[in-house]
Amino acid sequence: MDSDLSPQDKKDLDKFIKFFALKTVQVIVQARLGEKICTRSSSSPTGADWFNLAIKDIPEVTHEAKKALAGQLPGIGRSMCVEISLKTSEGDSMELETWCLDMNEKCDKDIKVSYTVYNRLSLLLKSLLAITRVTPAYKLSRKQGHDYVILYRIYFGEVQLTGLGEGFQTVRVGLVGTPVGTITLSCAYRTNLAFMSSRQFERTAPIMGIIIDHFVDRPFANMGHMHPCNYRTADEDEGVTYPGVEDSQEVCTTSFSTSPPSQMVIPGKEGGVPQAPVQPSHGTPADHGRMPTCTPSSMARHIPATPSSSREEAETLSQSSEAKSNSPPDILETTFTRKVGAFVNKPANQVTTACLDLPFAAFAPKNFDMEENDLMVNPPDSPVVESPLQGSLHSDDSTGSSGPLQDDFVMVDFKPAFSKDDLLPIDLGTFYREFQNPPQLSSLSIDVSAQSMAEDLDTLPVKLALYEQKIDEFDAFVETLQ
Amino acid sequence: MNCRSEVLEVSLESRQVDEAMLALLHTILLHRSTGKFHYKKEGTYSIGTVGSQDTDCDYIDFSFVRVSSEELDRAMRKSVGEFKDALCNSGSDGVGQISLEFYQKKKSRWPFSDECIPWEVWSIKVNVVSLANEQERQICREKVGEKLGEKVINIVEVINRHEYLPKMPTQSEVDNVFDTSLKDVQPYLYKITYQITDSLGTSVSTTMRRLIKDTLAL
Repeated sequence: MDSDLSPQDKKDLDKFIKFFALKTVQVIVQARLGEKICTRSSSSPTGADWFNLAIKDIPEVTHEAKKALAGQLPGIGRSMCVEISLKTSEGDSMELETWCLDMNEKCDKDIKVSYTVYNRLSLLLKSLLAITRVTPAYKLSRKQGHDYVILYRIYFGEVQLTGLGEGFQTVRVGLVGTPVGTITLSCAYRTNLAFMSSRQFERTAPIMGIIIDHFVDRPFANMGHMHPCNYRTADEDEGVTYPGVEDSQEVCTTSFSTSPPSQMVIPGKEGGVPQAPVQPSHGTPADHGRMPTCTPSSMARHIPATPSSSREEAETLSQSSEAKSNSPPDILETTFTRKVGAFVNKPANQVTTACLDLPFAAFAPKNFDMEENDLMVNPPDSPVVESPLQGSLHSDDSTGSSGPLQDDFVMVDFKPAFSKDDLLPIDLGTFYREFQNPPQLSSLSIDVSAQSMAEDLDTLPVKLALYEQKIDEFDAFVETLQ
Repeated sequence: MNCRSEVLEVSLESRQVDEAMLALLHTILLHRSTGKFHYKKEGTYSIGTVGSQDTDCDYIDFSFVRVSSEELDRAMRKSVGEFKDALCNSGSDGVGQISLEFYQKKKSRWPFSDECIPWEVWSIKVNVVSLANEQERQICREKVGEKLGEKVINIVEVINRHEYLPKMPTQSEVDNVFDTSLKDVQPYLYKITYQITDSLGTSVSTTMRRLIKDTLAL
């Protein structure tokens, strides 16, 4: 029983502990990415899979782990910790759990390093795979994206558990005895999620512009060394440590809609530069094939696979209205701060019709007070469909009765429903009132019915006699029905 | 050598039985499976790689990790399906137990068949409840999810005690310790049995009948 470790065993043990630490970090961070992990079993050993487990290596995570370790190994009094926290879109953050890999002084001198320790470390990693799905942070991480994101931080040294709030629970994943000490892996997790429940995540639409890459470049000074739990696939990552900021300035729309979105103020990197996408008017998505359409959830989980192409789409939209001469004017502006829908009466102080891309903008009220000029109330006798080729719309042309501006356009005698007409002087209000109170049906009025009943009674005997004569015919008819 | 025995107990709805049993059995098998052994000359061997796969439950607020092996998953689903059918059709009040037993084979001389010596038995006692309305079902989803989480922690705690495990076998002995029939992973030799308790409380033991049949089969 040699109590001293042979040099080869010492070397092996150090290597095992180092790679175990790196794999532990990978398992924890990957379990908080928010998506299901799947790796394949392989019957032929490749030699590259440490502990005989297929665990992918995310380069950024390995880089961060190595940076935290700085050439040292977890040992007695030196713990490697992975802190998982949550950050909301409003900037509030909360620590959820802290995973600790440390070592205590209890040594197992008799254990075989290259065999038993290795296999037990493999078992411990499997236990870590199982336990990472059981703590409360797992469910939260699966739902991240719209309102919050999950971040990780790796540090080395003393464990800090104060951020977990009162009443945090601890679960021990397992321990492995080695000749130099016992490796222990445990997790302390927050139980008091009161901060979460008091916040009401009532958003119906995803937060436009919540950009995961915000956090990579640490625009917020107080974030320390937090990193988002997201990654690109290995192929895209070759040679790239962190994604550039420029690649991240894209915003996605989930759907095209005819109603205006709520006010979109995007917290840009500089803290206020809006970069809103433009929604096409009135559902002509088929023509706007260049609009980015990735869903926010996929955006949150990982950067879209082709960030540069979607960036181009977001920033510039061609004047595709040129292709359509008779359709309503399409998008003419690329950025604006607030979109006002057609038929909205509320005056938009910042926005004039000149910079709105409204369909039927000619009918939009420019001035709230001047109702007599409001086209919906007083439609012009012969309004003109404005040529979209004109460029921006002029507010002065709201009456629309200036006549055709170009000869090759046909004047359409446009008679909207209920419009004022010489033939039928009726307006919407009158029509509505009339049809709210229709006259009673004549057959239902009492006088008339009383009269008809008397007549019926008189003719009854005559009718009865007639029917009796034809009784055979009636019977034959009934038989055919049966 | 004594066989290590662990008992886990869960109460759940009948539609949750499949997923709950799969979750627990797969968690155990994740720890009790290795990569395929490839024996080389000089008595050394190399071990293949075990992949893992996240699985979400539909009827329970729970996700678990299983070994990436379709063959193993199919075998588990088949056994769990049989157990669930027996549980729901037996006319009992829905109490039963499914056991996952790890054993070693010990070769015996003719005419006796090989002995199966269990070294670890996991028993999961199931109590099926029926719920009246959707609200109760929703609460049950969450509660059973939490319970399964506790069971996973229990399983991990037992496994990490590092108590008896069969010695790594030589090439000639590998089939006495491991199930080498799967092509991508190699779990320890295991068998799944179940018994349903009928409403009178007597145990209708299908396993006993099977054991007797096995012993008599020469």
